[in-house]
Amino acid sequence: MADDLLLDMRDVVIDGFSDERWHPIVRGVSLTLRRGEVLGLIGESGAGKSTLGLAAMGFARPGCRLTSGRIVFDGIDLMTASETKRQALRGSRIAYVAQSAAAAFNPAHRLIDQTVEATLAHGLRPEAEAVEDAKALYAAMKLPEPNTIGFRYPHQVSGGQLQRAMTAMAMSARPDLIIFDEPTTALDVTTQVNVLAAMKEAVERFDTAAIYITHDLAVVAQMADRIKVLRHGREIEEAETAEMLARPKDPYTRSLWAVRSIEKPARAASEPILEIAGVTAAYGSKPVLHDVTIRVPKGRTIAVVGESGSGKSTTARVVTGLLPPIEGTVRFDGAGLPPALKGRSKEQLRRIQMIYQMADTAMNPRHRVSEIIGRPLTFYRGLKGRAREEEVTRLLKLIELDESFADRLPGELSGGQKQRICIARALAAEPDLVICDEVTSALDQVVQEGILKLLMRLQEELGVTYIFITHDIATVRAIADEIVVMHQGRVVEQGPKDDILSPPHPDYTALLLASVPTMEPGWLEGAVIRQSALHAPD
Amino acid sequence: MHPILATVLQRLGLGLLTLFLVSIIIFSAIEFLPGDFTEAVLGQSATEETVAAFRRELGLDQPAYVRYIDWIGSVAQGDLGQSFSGRASSGIDRSRSVAELIAPRLSNTLFLAGMTAIVAVPLALILGVTAALWRGGIYDRVVNAVTLSTISMPEFLVAYLLILFLATLNPIFPSLADVTSATPFWERVTKCALPCLTLTLVIVAHMMRMTRAAIINLLASPYIEMARLKGLKPSTVILRHALPNAWAPIANVVAFNLAYLVVGVVVVEVVFVYPGVGQLMVDAVTSRDIPVVQACALIFAGTYILLNLTADIVSIATNPRLLHPR
Repeated sequence: MADDLLLDMRDVVIDGFSDERWHPIVRGVSLTLRRGEVLGLIGESGAGKSTLGLAAMGFARPGCRLTSGRIVFDGIDLMTASETKRQALRGSRIAYVAQSAAAAFNPAHRLIDQTVEATLAHGLRPEAEAVEDAKALYAAMKLPEPNTIGFRYPHQVSGGQLQRAMTAMAMSARPDLIIFDEPTTALDVTTQVNVLAAMKEAVERFDTAAIYITHDLAVVAQMADRIKVLRHGREIEEAETAEMLARPKDPYTRSLWAVRSIEKPARAASEPILEIAGVTAAYGSKPVLHDVTIRVPKGRTIAVVGESGSGKSTTARVVTGLLPPIEGTVRFDGAGLPPALKGRSKEQLRRIQMIYQMADTAMNPRHRVSEIIGRPLTFYRGLKGRAREEEVTRLLKLIELDESFADRLPGELSGGQKQRICIARALAAEPDLVICDEVTSALDQVVQEGILKLLMRLQEELGVTYIFITHDIATVRAIADEIVVMHQGRVVEQGPKDDILSPPHPDYTALLLASVPTMEPGWLEGAVIRQSALHAPD
Repeated sequence: MHPILATVLQRLGLGLLTLFLVSIIIFSAIEFLPGDFTEAVLGQSATEETVAAFRRELGLDQPAYVRYIDWIGSVAQGDLGQSFSGRASSGIDRSRSVAELIAPRLSNTLFLAGMTAIVAVPLALILGVTAALWRGGIYDRVVNAVTLSTISMPEFLVAYLLILFLATLNPIFPSLADVTSATPFWERVTKCALPCLTLTLVIVAHMMRMTRAAIINLLASPYIEMARLKGLKPSTVILRHALPNAWAPIANVVAFNLAYLVVGVVVVEVVFVYPGVGQLMVDAVTSRDIPVVQACALIFAGTYILLNLTADIVSIATNPRLLHPR
């Protein structure tokens, strides 16, 4: 089967330049791919997955270099080939599908021009033929109005549609190999299912080989024939998908699998600390929330789930007073809360705190940790000097970091550490209610587990209430006591976790739950059928 | 109505409002100038009665708001008024209309500005794009160093150096740009060559650096990486994928520099004895010929507003989100 070999990478080392020196990102990884085969690359961020994927195209991002090893694509050594030769392969025989289609499409050009661009640039077909073919590909990717959608600009179609269009773009030149770099990470679960199915179908139809990069095990289980696990630029293990799922060998791989197994028994409801009653809210004249009523029990975790645009974060903005509602009331601890931020007392502000999805942008990059945590201590609790320093140290300990972190800048922290600092900042105010807005979405599975466990422990110790906004059902299973399902600005249902997660379901909840990938082989095909029965969007 | 047209009309309205506010500022600023035309003409020896009579004749005895309303009223009807110069206290009126005075000067200024724009803007864009394409290399560094040195020298020095090298030592171009309305087109171009070159050297750096920076700023975008991964040539990546998204900042800097060519070139006019509107205004300030000063100031303000409006429209027209709403 040697002539079946399409890609052969041996001991590939890739260096990145930072802090004035080169250091390794990929440290000697080997990889082979046969024609028509799909290899899943999995690992946390920083594992070198994308870097390795791009190296398969003989490409290194600015600030990176292909240092050593061999990359042979169909007999052509990409390490020694000239840049012109590599350019000739890219887009024609090896194509790339990027993570965020919204960012990877040029806003200034129509979809169809971008779809056929590589095909035309490499002189593979005449323009008219390429355009007709693109329309056929749009149809194959199940895009609506395949004959005309290409004449729209990227901002005129949805994220899910863009991701399909990008797969069509990769297919246009009929490449032998496609690199899928986390192509559905930015999509909602309900959208993801259909995009995954369309991608899988396209790859099978043209017998294209693929490298599928992701951090989502369930997704890779549906897409790949073989799975390779990477960590810190090294290979941990590789096996056929079924084998890997059933019997992961390495403890690290097992830890990846383990995250999904945290499950906390739901506790019974208690008296409410927050009551949102009949809230309707709008951005300008655009209504976003319609008659939202949510009851948050004290000392419990209530998960608000729904896809993007469902009004989850807007609900949080209403509670915090950032967006005064048009109608309805918010009662906190038995008393009405003034609708707008300006009307609230410092004490009311102190008792409700917020943690954000992007810890990166939620912290001032020029403030040291001691200042980030210290400011709310002074602002809400009047602590200064020595007392403030001691409290910062205590809070750092609470979030399982040592006191040496006090002098660091956000740039010197990892993603998980940053989110911990944000948790400490929220806790500094000694709040009764903390709103966690997608706090683990930007983190890797293993780091997610750490953050979720920390939040659960803090709740036990401090009795704080969480409103946990998320689109990830696994996270919900892990930490929620109660669940609120939201869709298009309305509450679909609210109730104890076990009630919501077990049938019977309202239509939307059923769709949402059916869309969450599982690691069962063949789940994807079944999910598409189940979804179409439930009238899935887009 | 198409949203672009609506925006353009709205900006146009705002531009007119700005021009109106500027006219008030111009008028008040001139009020603060010490002395007036009568004192400048009659000298210090004149009796108070003569001065007062002359003022009455010119209408300078009226309160400021009346004079402002008179002025803005006639400007709105397209009448810039009569120049003061040529009038004497004796009542003899040999004055000319402001429009008649300004028209030939303004057309000279616009000729030089236009000629410079035709040379400088494409040059700056080409230098900016190529410097971005070969960023970090020798070419990039040389282009940056040269344009920065020319912008760092005072304009009059650049002008005299050019005269020295291109007119005196090597007589290629005339050193004087003393054109008249009778000068034929090609002679006019030759005479304007040195002033044009001077101004080009002064404004090219700014535009070139903004072009380069705007493009480089976009090179980290995922869609640029995507373009590279399609195997496109580096020049295609920059021209087709980066440049169309970089027009907004570039247009702003270009507009700013073109405005400068109309309103800020008095030094170059003096050096080359070029009869432009800048010199006219300086002379009018000296002689307190208020109607001419006001008219020049208003034309300058209008130029700025119009060019910035154009830059805004370019920004909007190159933004597909605005051009093709959902």
